[in-house]
Amino acid sequence: MTTAAPFWVDALTAVLLVLGGLAALIGALGLLRLGSFWQRVHAPTLGATLGTWCFALATAAQVSFARGQPFVHALLIPLFIALTAPISTIFLTRATIFRERVARRARAD
Amino acid sequence: MSPLLRWSLMFALGCLTLAMILALARLLIGPRAQDRVLAFDALYLEAMLVILALGLVYRSSSYFEAALLIALFGFVGTTAMSKFLLRGEIIE
Repeated sequence: MTTAAPFWVDALTAVLLVLGGLAALIGALGLLRLGSFWQRVHAPTLGATLGTWCFALATAAQVSFARGQPFVHALLIPLFIALTAPISTIFLTRATIFRERVARRARAD
Repeated sequence: MSPLLRWSLMFALGCLTLAMILALARLLIGPRAQDRVLAFDALYLEAMLVILALGLVYRSSSYFEAALLIALFGFVGTTAMSKFLLRGEIIE
């Protein structure tokens, strides 16, 4: 990792990093500010999709030009997140549905 | 490292730090357990993004494996906690 990358690679990386950082920040802001759980569950997915893809593409671009050969391993992370994040969200929402039903039944009794 | 790349990395790390603080606030104030699990899920994702950015700062590829491991174990942790909320036990 000695040769300096050309300017357009640095510019592309900078745009991707700023976009990914802002996406994660907006997602966390929504997580804090939105009213109910069912609204909040949508917000962090912004960081999980756009943020992760942007950071992984930035890493892939920088490391590819530093090494002089394509480095696509970094794209494993967003692929893995794209596979697992919906599963964990479904588990969590099912648990929430169950707990709300239990709480409603306890209140009715 | 060019100044453009350095400043964009600092900006992204600042954004991620702020996002982690906001997720931590939701983790602390979250009224119910599922809100806290959701905030924890967001928190580990942001920690993974911070490690990816640090790998660009220090020009080392071993940060990438650490990020992959955090993504793996964060998913396992969130799934285990959701299962605990659903059943009251993890392994049945």
